Amino acid sequence: MSYELRCRECGKSWGNEPRSICNDCFSPLEVFYDYDSLRGPVTRERISARAPNMWRYAELLPLPQNFRLTIPTGFTPLLEAPRLAREFGAKTLLLKNDAVCLPSLSFKDRVVAVALAQARNFGFDTVACSSTGNLANAVAAQAARNGFQAWIFIPADLEPAKILGTQVFGARLVRIAGSYDQVNRLCSQIADERPWGFVNVNLRPYYAEGSKTVGFEIAEQLGWRLPDNVVVPMAGGSLITKIKKAFDELVLLGLVEPKPVKIFGAQATGCSPISTAVKAGAKEIEPQKPATLARSLAIGNPADGHYALKTIRNSGGWAEDVSDPEVVESIQLLAQTEGIFTETAGGVTVGCARKLYQQGRIRPDETTVLCITGNGLKTTDVLAGKYDAEEAIRPRVADFEAFLEKTLADEGRLPETVEA
Amino acid sequence: MTVTVQIPSALRRHTGGAGKVSCSPANLSELFSVLDQQFPELKPHLRDEAGEVRRFLNVYVNEEDIRFLGGNSYAFQDGDEVLLVPSIAGG
Repeated sequence: MSYELRCRECGKSWGNEPRSICNDCFSPLEVFYDYDSLRGPVTRERISARAPNMWRYAELLPLPQNFRLTIPTGFTPLLEAPRLAREFGAKTLLLKNDAVCLPSLSFKDRVVAVALAQARNFGFDTVACSSTGNLANAVAAQAARNGFQAWIFIPADLEPAKILGTQVFGARLVRIAGSYDQVNRLCSQIADERPWGFVNVNLRPYYAEGSKTVGFEIAEQLGWRLPDNVVVPMAGGSLITKIKKAFDELVLLGLVEPKPVKIFGAQATGCSPISTAVKAGAKEIEPQKPATLARSLAIGNPADGHYALKTIRNSGGWAEDVSDPEVVESIQLLAQTEGIFTETAGGVTVGCARKLYQQGRIRPDETTVLCITGNGLKTTDVLAGKYDAEEAIRPRVADFEAFLEKTLADEGRLPETVEA
Repeated sequence: MTVTVQIPSALRRHTGGAGKVSCSPANLSELFSVLDQQFPELKPHLRDEAGEVRRFLNVYVNEEDIRFLGGNSYAFQDGDEVLLVPSIAGG
Protein backbone atom coordinates (compact mmCIF):
# COMPACT_ATOMS: atom_id res chain seq x y z
CA MET A 1 0.00 0.00 0.00
CA SER A 2 1.42 3.37 -0.95
CA TYR A 3 -0.45 5.39 1.69
CA GLU A 4 -1.01 5.41 5.43
CA LEU A 5 -2.53 7.47 8.22
CA ARG A 6 -0.28 9.76 10.22
CA CYS A 7 -0.98 12.28 12.94
CA ARG A 8 -0.94 15.80 11.56
CA GLU A 9 0.63 17.17 14.72
CA CYS A 10 2.91 14.56 16.27
CA GLY A 11 3.59 12.58 13.08
CA LYS A 12 2.89 9.16 14.58
CA SER A 13 2.02 6.52 11.98
CA TRP A 14 -1.25 4.60 12.42
CA GLY A 15 -1.14 2.40 9.32
CA ASN A 16 -4.52 1.96 7.68
CA GLU A 17 -7.52 1.44 9.93
CA PRO A 18 -10.87 3.11 10.68
CA ARG A 19 -9.60 5.90 12.90
CA SER A 20 -9.58 9.67 12.67
CA ILE A 21 -7.82 10.75 15.86
CA CYS A 22 -4.32 10.19 17.13
CA ASN A 23 -4.66 8.37 20.44
CA ASP A 24 -1.49 10.00 21.66
CA CYS A 25 -2.33 13.66 21.18
CA PHE A 26 -6.00 13.77 20.06
CA SER A 27 -5.05 15.53 16.82
CA PRO A 28 -6.58 14.63 13.46
CA LEU A 29 -5.01 12.02 11.21
CA GLU A 30 -4.11 12.69 7.59
CA VAL A 31 -3.40 10.33 4.68
CA PHE A 32 0.26 10.41 3.63
CA TYR A 33 1.41 8.93 0.31
CA ASP A 34 4.67 7.54 -0.95
CA TYR A 35 5.06 10.24 -3.59
CA ASP A 36 8.41 8.88 -4.79
CA SER A 37 6.70 5.73 -6.03
CA LEU A 38 4.09 7.81 -7.89
CA ARG A 39 6.43 10.18 -9.74
CA GLY A 40 7.10 7.87 -12.69
CA PRO A 41 3.76 6.12 -13.19
CA VAL A 42 1.46 9.13 -12.80
CA THR A 43 1.56 11.30 -15.92
CA ARG A 44 -0.80 13.79 -17.54
CA GLU A 45 -1.20 11.47 -20.51
CA ARG A 46 -2.19 8.46 -18.42
CA ILE A 47 -4.70 10.46 -16.40
CA SER A 48 -6.19 12.19 -19.46
CA ALA A 49 -6.71 8.85 -21.23
CA ARG A 50 -8.98 7.60 -18.43
CA ALA A 51 -12.76 7.89 -18.11
CA PRO A 52 -14.07 11.35 -17.12
CA ASN A 53 -14.70 10.79 -13.42
CA MET A 54 -12.77 11.34 -10.18
CA TRP A 55 -11.30 7.82 -10.27
CA ARG A 56 -8.88 8.99 -12.98
CA TYR A 57 -6.77 10.26 -10.04
CA ALA A 58 -6.85 6.87 -8.31
CA GLU A 59 -3.14 6.87 -7.42
CA LEU A 60 -3.63 10.06 -5.42
CA LEU A 61 -6.61 8.70 -3.50
CA PRO A 62 -6.52 6.26 -0.57
CA LEU A 63 -8.29 3.43 -2.39
CA PRO A 64 -8.07 -0.18 -1.21
CA GLN A 65 -6.76 -2.83 -3.56
CA ASN A 66 -10.20 -4.40 -3.82
CA PHE A 67 -11.73 -1.10 -5.02
CA ARG A 68 -14.43 -1.52 -7.64
CA LEU A 69 -16.00 1.45 -9.41
CA THR A 70 -19.77 1.57 -8.92
CA ILE A 71 -20.54 5.24 -9.57
CA PRO A 72 -18.79 7.59 -12.05
CA THR A 73 -18.60 10.45 -9.55
CA GLY A 74 -16.93 13.77 -10.25
CA PHE A 75 -15.29 15.38 -13.28
CA THR A 76 -17.95 18.05 -13.20
CA PRO A 77 -17.80 20.96 -15.68
CA LEU A 78 -15.40 23.87 -15.28
CA LEU A 79 -17.28 26.64 -17.04
CA GLU A 80 -16.32 30.12 -18.16
CA ALA A 81 -18.66 32.66 -16.60
CA PRO A 82 -18.49 35.77 -18.81
CA ARG A 83 -21.81 37.31 -17.75
CA LEU A 84 -21.14 36.86 -14.04
CA ALA A 85 -17.63 38.20 -14.67
CA ARG A 86 -19.12 41.34 -16.19
CA GLU A 87 -21.22 41.83 -13.05
CA PHE A 88 -18.05 41.66 -10.97
CA GLY A 89 -15.96 43.75 -13.36
CA ALA A 90 -13.78 40.67 -13.88
CA LYS A 91 -12.20 39.14 -16.96
CA THR A 92 -11.35 35.49 -16.38
CA LEU A 93 -13.88 33.94 -14.03
CA LEU A 94 -14.66 30.24 -13.98
CA LEU A 95 -17.15 28.07 -12.10
CA LYS A 96 -16.41 24.56 -10.89
CA ASN A 97 -19.94 23.23 -11.04
CA ASP A 98 -20.49 20.48 -8.47
CA ALA A 99 -24.19 21.30 -8.50
CA VAL A 100 -24.22 18.47 -11.06
CA CYS A 101 -21.93 16.03 -9.27
CA LEU A 102 -23.21 12.44 -9.37
CA PRO A 103 -25.06 10.76 -7.83
CA SER A 104 -26.59 13.22 -5.34
CA LEU A 105 -25.76 16.67 -6.76
CA SER A 106 -23.13 18.00 -4.39
CA PHE A 107 -19.35 17.76 -3.92
CA LYS A 108 -20.03 15.45 -0.97
CA ASP A 109 -20.40 12.61 -3.47
CA ARG A 110 -16.64 12.76 -3.92
CA VAL A 111 -15.78 12.27 -0.25
CA VAL A 112 -18.42 9.62 0.33
CA ALA A 113 -17.21 7.62 -2.67
CA VAL A 114 -13.76 7.29 -1.08
CA ALA A 115 -15.17 6.65 2.40
CA LEU A 116 -17.39 3.81 1.20
CA ALA A 117 -14.53 2.19 -0.69
CA GLN A 118 -12.70 2.00 2.64
CA ALA A 119 -15.87 1.01 4.54
CA ARG A 120 -16.08 -2.09 2.34
CA ASN A 121 -12.38 -2.73 2.77
CA PHE A 122 -12.65 -2.57 6.57
CA GLY A 123 -15.63 -4.94 6.54
CA PHE A 124 -18.39 -2.58 7.70
CA ASP A 125 -21.90 -3.47 6.58
CA THR A 126 -23.40 -0.29 8.06
CA VAL A 127 -22.31 3.24 7.24
CA ALA A 128 -23.37 6.43 8.99
CA CYS A 129 -22.76 10.16 9.16
CA SER A 130 -23.67 13.39 10.87
CA SER A 131 -24.78 15.84 8.23
CA THR A 132 -26.08 19.26 7.38
CA GLY A 133 -27.87 17.70 4.41
CA ASN A 134 -25.69 17.21 1.38
CA LEU A 135 -23.60 14.55 3.08
CA ALA A 136 -26.81 12.82 4.19
CA ASN A 137 -27.97 12.63 0.57
CA ALA A 138 -24.59 11.39 -0.64
CA VAL A 139 -24.24 8.67 2.01
CA ALA A 140 -27.84 7.51 1.57
CA ALA A 141 -27.58 7.30 -2.22
CA GLN A 142 -24.19 5.63 -2.35
CA ALA A 143 -25.04 3.23 0.49
CA ALA A 144 -28.04 2.06 -1.55
CA ARG A 145 -25.93 1.68 -4.67
CA ASN A 146 -23.24 -0.26 -2.82
CA GLY A 147 -25.44 -2.43 -0.59
CA PHE A 148 -24.72 -0.85 2.81
CA GLN A 149 -27.19 -0.17 5.59
CA ALA A 150 -27.18 3.55 6.39
CA TRP A 151 -27.86 5.57 9.54
CA ILE A 152 -28.00 9.31 8.97
CA PHE A 153 -27.97 11.87 11.80
CA ILE A 154 -29.17 15.39 11.02
CA PRO A 155 -30.39 18.52 12.82
CA ALA A 156 -34.19 18.13 12.96
CA ASP A 157 -34.96 21.36 11.09
CA LEU A 158 -33.07 20.69 7.84
CA GLU A 159 -34.56 21.69 4.49
CA PRO A 160 -37.39 19.29 3.50
CA ALA A 161 -35.74 18.42 0.17
CA LYS A 162 -32.60 17.26 1.95
CA ILE A 163 -34.64 15.12 4.34
CA LEU A 164 -36.69 13.56 1.55
CA GLY A 165 -33.55 13.15 -0.55
CA THR A 166 -32.14 10.98 2.24
CA GLN A 167 -35.20 8.92 3.09
CA VAL A 168 -35.96 7.99 -0.50
CA PHE A 169 -32.83 5.82 -0.61
CA GLY A 170 -34.02 3.71 2.33
CA ALA A 171 -31.57 5.18 4.82
CA ARG A 172 -32.57 5.33 8.48
CA LEU A 173 -32.84 8.97 9.40
CA VAL A 174 -32.24 10.20 12.95
CA ARG A 175 -33.46 13.76 13.44
CA ILE A 176 -31.80 15.41 16.41
CA ALA A 177 -33.37 18.32 18.26
CA GLY A 178 -30.24 20.42 18.18
CA SER A 179 -27.62 22.11 16.03
CA TYR A 180 -25.24 20.35 13.67
CA ASP A 181 -22.45 20.73 16.21
CA GLN A 182 -24.56 18.82 18.72
CA VAL A 183 -25.34 16.14 16.13
CA ASN A 184 -21.66 15.90 15.39
CA ARG A 185 -20.71 15.53 19.04
CA LEU A 186 -23.35 12.84 19.51
CA CYS A 187 -22.04 10.95 16.48
CA SER A 188 -18.52 10.93 17.82
CA GLN A 189 -19.89 9.34 21.00
CA ILE A 190 -21.91 6.77 19.04
CA ALA A 191 -18.99 6.02 16.72
CA ASP A 192 -16.93 5.34 19.82
CA GLU A 193 -19.21 2.43 20.75
CA ARG A 194 -20.72 0.99 17.55
CA PRO A 195 -19.10 -1.05 14.79
CA TRP A 196 -20.26 1.31 12.06
CA GLY A 197 -18.34 3.13 9.39
CA PHE A 198 -19.06 6.77 10.18
CA VAL A 199 -17.83 8.47 7.02
CA ASN A 200 -16.97 11.73 8.78
CA VAL A 201 -15.81 10.24 12.08
CA ASN A 202 -13.79 7.03 11.98
CA LEU A 203 -13.43 7.05 8.17
CA ARG A 204 -12.77 10.77 8.11
CA PRO A 205 -9.12 10.85 6.97
CA TYR A 206 -9.97 8.75 3.89
CA TYR A 207 -13.24 10.57 3.27
CA ALA A 208 -11.62 14.00 3.33
CA GLU A 209 -9.14 12.98 0.61
CA GLY A 210 -12.01 12.76 -1.87
CA SER A 211 -12.23 16.56 -1.81
CA LYS A 212 -8.81 16.76 -3.48
CA THR A 213 -10.40 15.71 -6.75
CA VAL A 214 -12.01 19.17 -6.98
CA GLY A 215 -8.51 20.62 -7.09
CA PHE A 216 -7.14 17.99 -9.48
CA GLU A 217 -9.99 18.59 -11.89
CA ILE A 218 -9.68 22.38 -11.79
CA ALA A 219 -6.00 22.10 -12.74
CA GLU A 220 -6.55 19.50 -15.47
CA GLN A 221 -9.52 21.38 -16.93
CA LEU A 222 -7.45 24.57 -17.07
CA GLY A 223 -5.05 22.66 -19.32
CA TRP A 224 -2.81 21.34 -16.52
CA ARG A 225 -2.15 24.64 -14.88
CA LEU A 226 -3.12 26.23 -11.59
CA PRO A 227 -5.46 29.22 -11.32
CA ASP A 228 -4.44 32.48 -9.65
CA ASN A 229 -7.29 32.32 -7.12
CA VAL A 230 -9.91 29.91 -5.86
CA VAL A 231 -12.94 30.86 -3.77
CA VAL A 232 -14.18 28.01 -1.61
CA PRO A 233 -17.16 27.79 0.76
CA MET A 234 -16.25 26.76 4.31
CA ALA A 235 -18.25 24.75 6.82
CA GLY A 236 -15.94 22.38 8.72
CA GLY A 237 -13.05 23.84 6.73
CA SER A 238 -11.88 20.60 5.16
CA LEU A 239 -12.55 21.24 1.44
CA ILE A 240 -10.41 24.37 1.28
CA THR A 241 -7.40 22.59 2.80
CA LYS A 242 -7.83 19.63 0.44
CA ILE A 243 -7.95 21.82 -2.66
CA LYS A 244 -4.64 23.27 -1.54
CA LYS A 245 -3.27 19.77 -0.90
CA ALA A 246 -4.36 18.74 -4.41
CA PHE A 247 -2.52 21.67 -6.01
CA ASP A 248 0.59 20.89 -3.96
CA GLU A 249 0.52 17.23 -4.98
CA LEU A 250 0.22 18.10 -8.67
CA VAL A 251 3.26 20.34 -8.34
CA LEU A 252 5.14 17.67 -6.38
CA LEU A 253 4.51 15.09 -9.11
CA GLY A 254 5.49 17.52 -11.87
CA LEU A 255 2.00 17.50 -13.41
CA VAL A 256 1.67 21.30 -13.24
CA GLU A 257 4.16 24.16 -13.02
CA PRO A 258 4.60 25.54 -9.50
CA LYS A 259 2.63 28.72 -8.99
CA PRO A 260 1.31 30.61 -5.98
CA VAL A 261 -2.45 30.22 -5.75
CA LYS A 262 -4.37 32.52 -3.44
CA ILE A 263 -6.97 30.59 -1.48
CA PHE A 264 -10.11 32.50 -0.46
CA GLY A 265 -12.69 31.20 2.00
CA ALA A 266 -16.40 32.04 1.99
CA GLN A 267 -18.87 31.84 4.88
CA ALA A 268 -22.30 33.13 5.81
CA THR A 269 -22.09 35.97 8.33
CA GLY A 270 -24.50 34.08 10.61
CA CYS A 271 -21.95 31.28 10.90
CA SER A 272 -18.52 32.71 10.26
CA PRO A 273 -16.02 31.37 12.81
CA ILE A 274 -13.28 30.97 10.19
CA SER A 275 -13.73 34.22 8.25
CA THR A 276 -13.99 36.09 11.56
CA ALA A 277 -10.65 34.65 12.66
CA VAL A 278 -9.03 35.48 9.29
CA LYS A 279 -10.24 39.08 9.40
CA ALA A 280 -9.24 39.55 13.03
CA GLY A 281 -5.79 38.08 12.50
CA ALA A 282 -6.60 35.58 15.26
CA LYS A 283 -4.55 32.47 15.90
CA GLU A 284 -7.43 30.29 16.99
CA ILE A 285 -11.05 29.80 15.96
CA GLU A 286 -13.76 30.88 18.38
CA PRO A 287 -16.84 28.67 18.00
CA GLN A 288 -20.19 30.30 17.17
CA LYS A 289 -23.86 29.40 17.43
CA PRO A 290 -24.98 29.32 13.80
CA ALA A 291 -27.88 31.50 12.69
CA THR A 292 -28.03 31.45 8.89
CA LEU A 293 -30.22 30.04 6.14
CA ALA A 294 -27.07 28.58 4.60
CA ARG A 295 -27.69 25.36 6.48
CA SER A 296 -25.11 23.32 4.60
CA LEU A 297 -22.41 25.63 5.99
CA ALA A 298 -23.86 25.97 9.50
CA ILE A 299 -21.01 24.46 11.48
CA GLY A 300 -20.15 26.71 14.40
CA ASN A 301 -17.23 24.66 15.65
CA PRO A 302 -15.23 23.76 12.54
CA ALA A 303 -12.78 20.96 13.30
CA ASP A 304 -10.56 21.87 10.35
CA GLY A 305 -10.93 25.59 10.99
CA HIS A 306 -7.41 25.79 12.38
CA TYR A 307 -5.97 24.32 9.18
CA ALA A 308 -8.29 26.33 6.94
CA LEU A 309 -7.05 29.50 8.64
CA LYS A 310 -3.44 28.49 8.04
CA THR A 311 -4.10 27.54 4.42
CA ILE A 312 -5.74 30.87 3.65
CA ARG A 313 -3.07 32.92 5.40
CA ASN A 314 -0.08 31.09 3.97
CA SER A 315 -1.48 31.48 0.46
CA GLY A 316 -1.90 35.24 0.74
CA GLY A 317 -5.66 34.83 0.42
CA TRP A 318 -8.48 36.12 2.58
CA ALA A 319 -11.92 35.17 3.84
CA GLU A 320 -15.22 36.97 3.58
CA ASP A 321 -18.78 36.41 4.70
CA VAL A 322 -22.18 37.54 3.45
CA SER A 323 -25.59 38.13 4.99
CA ASP A 324 -28.58 35.88 4.33
CA PRO A 325 -30.20 38.38 1.89
CA GLU A 326 -26.92 38.53 -0.02
CA VAL A 327 -26.86 34.72 -0.17
CA VAL A 328 -30.30 34.66 -1.78
CA GLU A 329 -29.48 37.50 -4.20
CA SER A 330 -26.31 35.69 -5.20
CA ILE A 331 -28.20 32.46 -5.89
CA GLN A 332 -30.48 34.47 -8.19
CA LEU A 333 -27.58 36.30 -9.81
CA LEU A 334 -25.72 33.08 -10.65
CA ALA A 335 -28.87 31.51 -12.06
CA GLN A 336 -29.74 34.56 -14.18
CA THR A 337 -26.23 35.18 -15.50
CA GLU A 338 -24.88 31.68 -16.02
CA GLY A 339 -27.81 29.28 -15.90
CA ILE A 340 -26.59 27.47 -12.79
CA PHE A 341 -29.00 26.96 -9.93
CA THR A 342 -26.96 26.51 -6.78
CA GLU A 343 -27.95 25.98 -3.19
CA THR A 344 -27.21 28.37 -0.35
CA ALA A 345 -23.53 27.42 -0.11
CA GLY A 346 -23.08 28.44 -3.74
CA GLY A 347 -24.82 31.73 -2.96
CA VAL A 348 -22.31 32.26 -0.17
CA THR A 349 -19.41 31.65 -2.55
CA VAL A 350 -20.73 33.96 -5.27
CA GLY A 351 -21.61 36.70 -2.75
CA CYS A 352 -18.19 36.55 -1.13
CA ALA A 353 -16.47 36.57 -4.52
CA ARG A 354 -18.29 39.78 -5.38
CA LYS A 355 -16.98 41.35 -2.17
CA LEU A 356 -13.45 40.15 -2.83
CA TYR A 357 -13.49 41.77 -6.29
CA GLN A 358 -14.92 44.98 -4.81
CA GLN A 359 -12.19 45.03 -2.17
CA GLY A 360 -9.51 44.54 -4.82
CA ARG A 361 -8.31 41.38 -3.12
CA ILE A 362 -9.04 39.52 -6.36
CA ARG A 363 -7.91 41.42 -9.44
CA PRO A 364 -10.01 41.41 -12.61
CA ASP A 365 -7.34 40.03 -14.95
CA GLU A 366 -6.46 37.05 -12.77
CA THR A 367 -7.81 33.55 -13.43
CA THR A 368 -10.27 32.91 -10.62
CA VAL A 369 -12.31 29.77 -9.95
CA LEU A 370 -15.42 29.76 -7.77
CA CYS A 371 -16.34 26.40 -6.26
CA ILE A 372 -20.07 25.82 -6.60
CA THR A 373 -20.58 22.85 -4.32
CA GLY A 374 -24.31 22.06 -4.35
CA ASN A 375 -27.62 22.17 -6.20
CA GLY A 376 -30.35 24.77 -5.79
CA LEU A 377 -33.20 22.28 -6.08
CA LYS A 378 -32.33 21.15 -2.56
CA THR A 379 -32.88 24.56 -0.96
CA THR A 380 -35.78 26.08 -2.91
CA ASP A 381 -37.38 27.20 0.35
CA VAL A 382 -34.96 30.15 0.59
CA LEU A 383 -36.53 31.55 -2.60
CA ALA A 384 -40.07 31.41 -1.21
CA GLY A 385 -41.93 34.61 -2.09
CA LYS A 386 -39.27 35.77 -4.54
CA TYR A 387 -41.30 34.95 -7.64
CA ASP A 388 -45.00 35.40 -8.38
CA ALA A 389 -47.12 32.47 -9.42
CA GLU A 390 -48.32 33.77 -12.80
CA GLU A 391 -52.04 33.84 -13.43
CA ALA A 392 -53.23 31.20 -15.89
CA ILE A 393 -54.44 32.44 -19.27
CA ARG A 394 -56.82 30.83 -21.73
CA PRO A 395 -55.19 28.89 -24.62
CA ARG A 396 -55.75 31.72 -27.10
CA VAL A 397 -53.23 33.80 -29.05
CA ALA A 398 -55.07 37.00 -28.15
CA ASP A 399 -54.77 36.18 -24.46
CA PHE A 400 -51.08 35.53 -24.86
CA GLU A 401 -50.59 38.84 -26.70
CA ALA A 402 -52.30 40.68 -23.86
CA PHE A 403 -50.22 38.81 -21.31
CA LEU A 404 -46.99 39.63 -23.19
CA GLU A 405 -47.88 43.30 -23.38
CA LYS A 406 -48.68 43.44 -19.68
CA THR A 407 -45.53 41.55 -18.70
CA LEU A 408 -43.25 43.81 -20.73
CA ALA A 409 -45.05 46.91 -19.51
CA ASP A 410 -44.59 45.74 -15.91
CA GLU A 411 -40.89 45.40 -16.65
CA GLY A 412 -40.90 48.90 -18.12
CA ARG A 413 -40.19 47.66 -21.64
CA LEU A 414 -41.99 48.35 -24.90
CA PRO A 415 -43.75 45.43 -26.58
CA GLU A 416 -41.93 43.99 -29.59
CA THR A 417 -43.48 44.47 -33.00
CA VAL A 418 -44.16 41.14 -34.66
CA GLU A 419 -43.60 41.22 -38.41
CA ALA A 420 -46.56 39.95 -40.37
CA MET B 1 -20.38 18.58 44.74
CA THR B 2 -19.65 15.81 42.25
CA VAL B 3 -18.96 15.98 38.54
CA THR B 4 -18.89 12.92 36.27
CA VAL B 5 -16.32 12.86 33.48
CA GLN B 6 -16.82 10.45 30.57
CA ILE B 7 -13.58 9.07 29.18
CA PRO B 8 -13.56 8.20 25.43
CA SER B 9 -12.80 4.53 24.78
CA ALA B 10 -9.46 5.37 23.13
CA LEU B 11 -8.18 6.77 26.42
CA ARG B 12 -9.55 4.15 28.79
CA ARG B 13 -6.33 2.17 28.73
CA HIS B 14 -4.87 5.08 30.68
CA THR B 15 -7.66 5.06 33.27
CA GLY B 16 -7.45 1.36 34.14
CA GLY B 17 -10.46 0.76 31.89
CA ALA B 18 -12.68 3.26 33.67
CA GLY B 19 -15.19 4.94 31.33
CA LYS B 20 -16.45 7.35 33.97
CA VAL B 21 -14.58 9.29 36.59
CA SER B 22 -16.21 11.13 39.49
CA CYS B 23 -14.46 14.15 40.98
CA SER B 24 -15.11 17.57 42.52
CA PRO B 25 -13.22 20.25 40.61
CA ALA B 26 -14.28 23.90 40.84
CA ASN B 27 -13.48 24.68 37.23
CA LEU B 28 -11.92 23.35 34.02
CA SER B 29 -8.36 23.98 35.08
CA GLU B 30 -8.94 22.04 38.30
CA LEU B 31 -10.64 19.26 36.41
CA PHE B 32 -7.53 18.67 34.31
CA SER B 33 -5.35 18.87 37.44
CA VAL B 34 -7.49 16.19 39.10
CA LEU B 35 -7.20 13.97 36.02
CA ASP B 36 -3.42 14.59 35.87
CA GLN B 37 -3.04 13.43 39.45
CA GLN B 38 -5.41 10.51 39.29
CA PHE B 39 -4.16 9.20 35.92
CA PRO B 40 -0.60 10.35 35.26
CA GLU B 41 -0.52 8.31 32.04
CA LEU B 42 -3.47 10.29 30.71
CA LYS B 43 -1.75 13.65 31.10
CA PRO B 44 0.39 13.67 27.93
CA HIS B 45 -2.72 12.82 25.91
CA LEU B 46 -4.73 15.71 27.27
CA ARG B 47 -1.98 18.33 27.43
CA ASP B 48 0.73 19.40 25.01
CA GLU B 49 4.41 19.86 25.83
CA ALA B 50 3.74 23.34 27.17
CA GLY B 51 1.09 21.98 29.52
CA GLU B 52 -1.80 23.50 27.56
CA VAL B 53 -4.94 21.45 26.99
CA ARG B 54 -4.69 20.07 23.48
CA ARG B 55 -6.25 22.10 20.69
CA PHE B 56 -8.36 19.31 19.22
CA LEU B 57 -9.86 18.23 22.51
CA ASN B 58 -13.34 19.63 23.07
CA VAL B 59 -14.97 19.69 26.50
CA TYR B 60 -18.74 19.56 26.88
CA VAL B 61 -20.78 20.13 30.03
CA ASN B 62 -24.27 18.64 29.92
CA GLU B 63 -24.06 18.56 26.10
CA GLU B 64 -22.94 22.19 25.74
CA ASP B 65 -19.47 23.18 24.56
CA ILE B 66 -17.78 24.63 27.65
CA ARG B 67 -16.54 27.57 25.56
CA PHE B 68 -20.15 28.76 25.36
CA LEU B 69 -20.42 28.54 29.15
CA GLY B 70 -17.43 30.75 29.81
CA GLY B 71 -14.63 28.22 29.30
CA ASN B 72 -12.16 28.36 32.14
CA SER B 73 -14.38 30.69 34.14
CA TYR B 74 -17.27 28.20 34.23
CA ALA B 75 -17.94 26.99 37.81
CA PHE B 76 -18.97 23.33 37.83
CA GLN B 77 -22.34 22.51 39.40
CA ASP B 78 -23.23 19.40 41.33
CA GLY B 79 -24.24 16.65 38.92
CA ASP B 80 -22.57 18.13 35.82
CA GLU B 81 -21.76 15.54 33.16
CA VAL B 82 -18.50 16.33 31.42
CA LEU B 83 -17.59 14.88 28.02
CA LEU B 84 -14.13 14.86 26.50
CA VAL B 85 -14.55 14.62 22.72
CA PRO B 86 -12.04 15.02 19.92
CA SER B 87 -13.15 17.64 17.39
CA ILE B 88 -14.49 16.23 14.16
CA ALA B 89 -16.11 17.95 11.25
CA GLY B 90 -17.97 17.32 8.05
CA GLY B 91 -21.32 18.38 6.84
